[in-house]
Amino acid sequence: MTAKARPKARPYVDARAQKGLWAASRFLVLRRASQLFFLALFLSGPFLGVWIAKGTLASSMTLGTLPLTDPFVFLQSLAARHWPEGLSVIGAAIVLAAYLLLGGRTYCSWICPINPATDLAAWLRRRLNITFTAKIRPDLRLYFVGAVLAASVLSGSIAWELINPVTALHRALVFGLWFGAGGTAAIFVFDLLVARHGWCGHLCPVGAFYGQIGKVALLRVTADNRAACNDCMDCFAVCPEPHVIGPALRGERSGATPVITAGDCTVCGACIDVCSKQVFHLGLRGRNAVRPDPSMTAPSPVARVVSSQPAVLERDLP
Amino acid sequence: MSDSSSGIPRDPRRRKALQDMTRFGGGAAVAATMLTAFGVSSRAKPAQALRPPGALPERDFLAACVRCGLCVRDCPYDTLKLADWADGPAMGTPFYVARNVPCEMCDTIPCVKACPTGALQHALTDIAKAKMGVAVITSRETCLNLQGLRCDVCYRVCPAIDKAITLEISHNARTTKHAIFEPVIHADDCTGCGKCEKSCVLTDSAIKVLPIEIAALKQDEHYKRGWEEKTKAGGALVDAPLKLPVRRPEGGTP
Repeated sequence: MTAKARPKARPYVDARAQKGLWAASRFLVLRRASQLFFLALFLSGPFLGVWIAKGTLASSMTLGTLPLTDPFVFLQSLAARHWPEGLSVIGAAIVLAAYLLLGGRTYCSWICPINPATDLAAWLRRRLNITFTAKIRPDLRLYFVGAVLAASVLSGSIAWELINPVTALHRALVFGLWFGAGGTAAIFVFDLLVARHGWCGHLCPVGAFYGQIGKVALLRVTADNRAACNDCMDCFAVCPEPHVIGPALRGERSGATPVITAGDCTVCGACIDVCSKQVFHLGLRGRNAVRPDPSMTAPSPVARVVSSQPAVLERDLP
Repeated sequence: MSDSSSGIPRDPRRRKALQDMTRFGGGAAVAATMLTAFGVSSRAKPAQALRPPGALPERDFLAACVRCGLCVRDCPYDTLKLADWADGPAMGTPFYVARNVPCEMCDTIPCVKACPTGALQHALTDIAKAKMGVAVITSRETCLNLQGLRCDVCYRVCPAIDKAITLEISHNARTTKHAIFEPVIHADDCTGCGKCEKSCVLTDSAIKVLPIEIAALKQDEHYKRGWEEKTKAGGALVDAPLKLPVRRPEGGTP
């Protein structure tokens, strides 16, 4: 199995050498900037007195006009039999619509405050050559979503928010409740020593919920240039959800779409950064065109999906 | 390979999938049970932790509050805090401790207006009708007024002075010639803001705001108060004084 190959300690070396430092770390830089930006929206109030976003990631009010509510928290509240009065209905609808467009688990890789901690754990794992990993199936988290909703029904409370380390870390940063950051420390140790991508990739029910949105979300990563793949495996080494790559990247023979359709994909763009052959690009669900193989003069005899629509390149996106 | 009795080929993947479903389902059931137990136990919050004005009863509050902290942000007196792990109330929920910072009872009730879910009920528009708790003299033994001294601080600071707290005069049996001015709380007018508890001059406040669940202000349904029933019915419920049978020992004389 390709995905289980031992990851390289320094997968970005080839990409940096061939594409340059910026092209090989663009998405990483943009993601860190995005994470800081969304945190800064909440921190400008308490630190500078300039209130942009009030509240936390569970529910917030931006500039006194834009209400946003986490649809997973909202769903648990409904399961706990509370019919909301107020802006949370609108807020949850806005967030749901946004992630249907922007890729579901983009929440995980572009906004979630725990992501830098688990990314650091994954990076350290590669560098320190920690290969031991507990075997947990990625779909275990879906059962956790069910468990959380069941517990919400049975206890009549928003069950996951009682322990949710994601919002606890956000409250720690925004409200200064530092005990709440303890969960993140535990997750870091778990990811580093117990299981590779253990928390975000296998357990977190918040990510699993957004993954369900991701199954139909519009914005995706596509391996539209998969003909250029040289099987270096670097993308598998850096991807936080390596099982999503295979079907798209190796789908040539079966004629499968080059778009990474799996909801588990966080659209973090690490594969785009790390690929020295520029196999991956941002794309849209349904745009199944692949780029022609530059190494071949004649069209490949292998059945290849070439739709009439042109491939969508990331530079074409707004 | 196939099962000869049914003739349906057995797919080993099917067996694996069923095994996984059982294992993961079992794990999820354990997780759900633990989370449910934690959810139920989190209803018990410390008695000193009071919820903001308009809060639903604790049980419903935990189903409604999304832990966003918008009420805390809009509290102009920094009365409200979000609960950290170790604070006692469910993590991330808003509360205040009256002895630290009491509720200043803003006319506009900004905390309620900020609530996006109705965990703080938007129907509350008059802060005087809020019921964050109710003040109780928890220590008659140490209350200065009850010792026959004139402290009166809780009475003086009460935003609903002479309604929520009154001073009731009685004879001081110890000195035989002075009066005792006892602070008496009238639950109907007490909002539970906690200014009395905050300002009690004693090291340990003799007056404390208790959550409604603990103060138990709800009248039992099965006690019918004759005078109220009479008013409701618009007249006496029985026509004439009842003629009760005379009961006396056998052979006794009237």
